Amino acid sequence: MEFGLSEDQRLMQDSVRRTLEKVSTLERVRVAADAKDAKANDVWHALVELGVPGLIIDEEFGGMGLKLLDAALIAEALGRFVAPVPFIASAVMAPVALAALGSAKQKETWLPKLANGEAVAGVAVSERSSGARDGGGVAASGGKLSGKALFVMDFAAADFFIVGDKAGGLHIVDAQAKGLNKVALTSIDLTRSLGELQFDNVEADALVSGDARAGLQRVLDAGRVMLAADTLGAGWMMIDKAVEYAKERKQFGRVIGSFQAVKHLCAEMASEIEPGRSLVWYAAHAFDELPAEASLMAAHAKSYMGDVGRFVARTATEVHGGMGFTDLLGLHYWFKRIGLDRQLLGSPERVRADAAALQGWGAR
Amino acid sequence: MDLSYSPQYEAFRAEVRAFLDKHKANAPVSRGMMGASSGTLAWQRLLIEHGYAARTIPKEYGGFGAEPDILKSRIVAEEFTAAGVPMGLGGQGISMFVPTLLELGTEEQKKAFIKPTLMGEMIWCQGYSEPGSGSDLASLQTKAHEDGDDFIINGQKIWTSTAKSADMMFCLVRTEPDAPKHEGISYLIFSMDTPGIDVRPLTTMTGHAEFNEVFFTDVRVPRTQIVGGRGQGWFVANATLKHERGMLGDPNQAGARLREIVDLMHEETVDGERLIDNPLFRDRLVQLQSRVLAMQFHGLRLLTASSKGEDAGLARLIVKLQGCEINHQLAALAIDALGELGVLYGNSPHLRAHGSWQHRYMFDLGLIIGGGTAQIQKNIISERGLAMPREPKPAKA
Repeated sequence: MEFGLSEDQRLMQDSVRRTLEKVSTLERVRVAADAKDAKANDVWHALVELGVPGLIIDEEFGGMGLKLLDAALIAEALGRFVAPVPFIASAVMAPVALAALGSAKQKETWLPKLANGEAVAGVAVSERSSGARDGGGVAASGGKLSGKALFVMDFAAADFFIVGDKAGGLHIVDAQAKGLNKVALTSIDLTRSLGELQFDNVEADALVSGDARAGLQRVLDAGRVMLAADTLGAGWMMIDKAVEYAKERKQFGRVIGSFQAVKHLCAEMASEIEPGRSLVWYAAHAFDELPAEASLMAAHAKSYMGDVGRFVARTATEVHGGMGFTDLLGLHYWFKRIGLDRQLLGSPERVRADAAALQGWGAR
Repeated sequence: MDLSYSPQYEAFRAEVRAFLDKHKANAPVSRGMMGASSGTLAWQRLLIEHGYAARTIPKEYGGFGAEPDILKSRIVAEEFTAAGVPMGLGGQGISMFVPTLLELGTEEQKKAFIKPTLMGEMIWCQGYSEPGSGSDLASLQTKAHEDGDDFIINGQKIWTSTAKSADMMFCLVRTEPDAPKHEGISYLIFSMDTPGIDVRPLTTMTGHAEFNEVFFTDVRVPRTQIVGGRGQGWFVANATLKHERGMLGDPNQAGARLREIVDLMHEETVDGERLIDNPLFRDRLVQLQSRVLAMQFHGLRLLTASSKGEDAGLARLIVKLQGCEINHQLAALAIDALGELGVLYGNSPHLRAHGSWQHRYMFDLGLIIGGGTAQIQKNIISERGLAMPREPKPAKA
């Protein structure tokens, strides 16, 4: 019985953290955000060097063949440094979709390119996880897609997309396909890119080598665990910054961190977020090893970190006083990253409804 | 991450199950730290013989004498809980006093007190808090001065649970009035039958007297009945408090409580609709389930850290605060889901679950306050866990 990380996992997370500390600095993030560049090339290449895009892709396709728990550790590190790079859709959800439902040819075509960083994948499953808004929804017929998909993740840099249709099927769509119109969406979080795909009879390559329903669920579960892990990293960074600030800032002749009103806020943040780490680990482990629990635990991790993330983001900002509210400190990049994590792939209320249904609790 | 147990532990689990199958029928029905019925004591003796109670206490002091193995302890707890069989006796004597004595007692004290305590023949209560010394425990004023071969104690303690049924008390008293407050305290142990001790029940908001006040008037205690030296009581007490904090906020208790609420929400109806079909209560239920699960997995993480001898730091400091709060919120959800039925109490018609949800809602507020208030916990978490500065001491007048 060992509930924790292996030495290898610690070392790997540590090396990614150290790299991001150097390359994904606040100054760099600011430049990327100002340019709406959610694939900052230098940061991206540093991560490619470490094998991050191919983390969970099988070794036969040039990846590292690691597990979702390993990916959660990387997502945490990326959240901590609000890294402006594709990851959750491109390096996790798309490979999960291809592994679950891809034919040999589809895997051979795309997985090696994802693994070596040559290609980026966007994922369009918002309608399948959060519900359809503003007429969202894609119909598949005769190998062609029509309709539109909103809140497509890792959108701007994508070379191809994994698209969910209304019937629960998944498809590969080339970013340059004829009849595909791409409209960028601007969210609060400029470190990651979101968009809308409009389909006018667009050619698609269906992912049909497996149980479509189960495959889609795997994609959603993986995405939810990653968003929770991203918030874990971003949230702890906000707490660390709040504590550091409170130890330096003086008012009434004392550092404000010696006031219990301030200390207790920091203690509350740490106490709320830290059990979330174990929940994220468990949810990722369940995805890897305990399939019967995977969806429920992914929903719990997403719900818990969504709620805690909001609390930490506002409270850490408050501890910084007026400075936290300014652009100067850049604290808002973390605030906004956490804000996006919360809403994507099912807000807390939505994933809790899923969790209840998974346990057979009540009428929907 | 490996949540399976190695063959050595699976064999141990099989052993525990075999024991339970064989002896389950003889187990006492209710657990109780005060219940000194002969059945309870015989059960306790049987458990110690097999190493399912007092497992790591050395044999010479009446324990089983096994090497500490936190996973085996957990397996025992899991299997006993699953079988619905009461564990070995608990209470402040076994959980707090015995570990303290093992660490800091003299050989004579260990020989005299540990065995009868383990056997359930000697019940202890804790004399720490005073009316004027709650969170600031080290300011305590109950005094003891030497008189020949004795200490003579005068003062008052409060929040003394089990004082009515206890045979003995471990108690903090001020023996060095001129020393700085932390250095003037001694840790004394004495019989509750000693002349001059007056125990008065303290009725709480639940309507029950779960606690007592204890008054000391010229209570004479032999000088040998001190643990640690004169003035070292604060150090000795901290060894004990360390054990107490581990007891409060147990996430498995929250898990059991959550399952009760799931059952309740499936059984109870409003206007013919089951509570579980109400999306608002269902959302609150799942939200609390996330919190309970997070703390249960957090508990596994701490268990792993302990088994490797690692200090989990901040992760350990948050358990009492979070655990007690979640238990309280669970009771609140049950009350809310029951609506007006949720306020019934005592022996009212239509009462649900013997009124236990209101009782727990109130008693758990006591637990949030007791054993180090939530606010004191936050001081500890921020100062020791996050390395934030202490509140400056007010200037001496």
